[in-house]
Amino acid sequence: MIAAALTTQDVDQIFVLIKHALLACVPAALQPIASAVLSIIPILVAFPLLFAITTVLERKGLGRMQNRYGPNRVGPAGFFQPIADGIKSLTKEDVVPLSADHAVHFLAPILLVIAAFLGYAVLPIGRNMVLVNLNAGVLFFFAVGSVVELSVFMAGWSSRSKYSLLGAMRAIAQMISYEVPLVLASVVVIMQAGSLSLVTIVESQSGYTGIFPHWYLFTPWGIAGFILFMIAATAESNRSPFDLPEGESEIIAGYFIEYSGFKFALFFLAEYLGMFATSSLAITLFLGGWAAPLSFLTFIPSYVWFFLKLLVLICFFIWIRGTLPRLRMDQLMGFAWKFILPMALLNIFVAGLWRFLPAGPLNSIRWLVCIGVLAAPCIVLSFSLKQKKKLLVRTYHFAE
Amino acid sequence: MTAPFLILAALAVAGTAAAMGLRNGVHCVLALTVGFAALAALYLQLGAQFVGFTQIMVYVGAVAILAVFAIMMTHHPGLIEAPFSRNWLWGAVIAAAVFATLARAISLGTASAPSAPPEPSATVNQIGDALMHRYILPLEIVGLLLTAALIGAVIIAIDPKDREESE
Amino acid sequence: MSSLQSYLLLSALLFSIGLAGALTRRNAILVLIGIELMLNAANLNFIAFWRFGPHPANRPDALTGIMFAIFSIAVAAAEAAVGLAIILAAYRHSRTTDLDRMNHLKG
Repeated sequence: MIAAALTTQDVDQIFVLIKHALLACVPAALQPIASAVLSIIPILVAFPLLFAITTVLERKGLGRMQNRYGPNRVGPAGFFQPIADGIKSLTKEDVVPLSADHAVHFLAPILLVIAAFLGYAVLPIGRNMVLVNLNAGVLFFFAVGSVVELSVFMAGWSSRSKYSLLGAMRAIAQMISYEVPLVLASVVVIMQAGSLSLVTIVESQSGYTGIFPHWYLFTPWGIAGFILFMIAATAESNRSPFDLPEGESEIIAGYFIEYSGFKFALFFLAEYLGMFATSSLAITLFLGGWAAPLSFLTFIPSYVWFFLKLLVLICFFIWIRGTLPRLRMDQLMGFAWKFILPMALLNIFVAGLWRFLPAGPLNSIRWLVCIGVLAAPCIVLSFSLKQKKKLLVRTYHFAE
Repeated sequence: MTAPFLILAALAVAGTAAAMGLRNGVHCVLALTVGFAALAALYLQLGAQFVGFTQIMVYVGAVAILAVFAIMMTHHPGLIEAPFSRNWLWGAVIAAAVFATLARAISLGTASAPSAPPEPSATVNQIGDALMHRYILPLEIVGLLLTAALIGAVIIAIDPKDREESE
Repeated sequence: MSSLQSYLLLSALLFSIGLAGALTRRNAILVLIGIELMLNAANLNFIAFWRFGPHPANRPDALTGIMFAIFSIAVAAAEAAVGLAIILAAYRHSRTTDLDRMNHLKG
């Protein structure tokens, strides 16, 4: 039994053990740099690989939802499609408009990719597997996220094209509007855990009562916070139904209209990496990070649970993209400022209520009060913000 | 005068000098962003983590974007303006005089101990504690100030045509 | 030259660059940016003094430098927002942001 427990522990910590073994072969003077490089390489390898898998998953998933096959030519059932896509984008000609601002045009995708990768530095991917355990981890993540807006502007403005400028303005307005609810939705978790460090937040969710975990998702403010966070995360990454700035049928790819070839692929990569990073943050804050969902499943390694949860959230994003129609710009902004923001503020109040109400039998009093305080304004707001226009019978002018 | 300090200081000075010297408004703001980022890195170097990340979040993520939007909205085609005013020499002389005075005062001032004192700690817990206990009144006043600034900025900047439509 | 003096010198240099920009540029927005730069230089001063100043253990105001910098960042952001709103309103009135031309009060 002891031997079996040791091996599950070893499998769980296998990457840490490999890194320590490799570090021992390096001379002592180079150890800090070698340690940093060895920690960064898995991130640089794993997440672009996940990006490649996600592009295939998304195209096939969307295809099935739209009653067609996705890509199914390249490789077994089409799963080598990302390789073909990569070769295509690397060999396409890089067209830069004559009147574009070349320096800024070149720097925009680079800055975007750097900002997208920096966010992974504070995410705990497994037990003891975080790149840097910053004391202000959540704040670092949001600070890096706000650099993305600047690079979106650089991309849109430097192309000197009306479509790209319009797309950039829309994208920045949307990102700034949804950044406030994103931060407020994570404030609830910070309040409860008492720390901004992501490792501490994950560890405070790692206990079990019976077989059920202590994830923050299983509290009323946790459910509301998770839903608000996911809505704001969808808007932050410009995913459907909030993809007006880059909708293909609307503005023909918006702020990266004048980019082709490798730079376009970099924008794509950065957008998906941003989506993965925000999902990972949602997992860390609300879904317990690398903790197993049931107490008897802890023999499965921690990083496997993290990536499983990440896959679930990615499939959720793809599902939403295939299902919901796109929101118009004014509907988008109204939704952010008039619905999501008040609900996020209310959620903070409810989290405070949860902490100070007595924990009765099965926490029933706390649950009822908190759900009541959250549900009533939600229903009132949704009814008062509905559009007043009635839908008319559709009339055709030119077709019979 | 360690290497990180010199690199970051050079970056900050280069960024801000470019911000004040370039012709194109948007280029100025982008160079200013580089300067802000270098300053944030200097704060991290000094051990003030919270202030460094707040600097990035507020200045790079909000103020720079505000300035860029304002430059784009106040620029109509056919607008050619000279970058520097007629009396630029007076401004440069005054700024140089200010720098000379400050530099002299700094070099004459009593230096702290040649070896730097141990780094004080400013964890987020301590900052939060201070904000909620000792500095609670400034915190509430700054909250009020930010609300007033938000409402005031929207009212001042709203187009009279938009206001008539919404009324 | 000690570390504190080098940081103070850097902040004085940034301050005077911001001052030079605020005094010589024509575009009102760039003048505002110069003012923001001066505020940033002052922030650097505060943090430098917090880091290198004397710290007898457990003084109640040991975090003063950090606190001042945080409040200064918040107030500077608010001031930038209101200042840019005023510049937008003035632009709508006089169709220019050139400060050398906006020099009479009569509209």
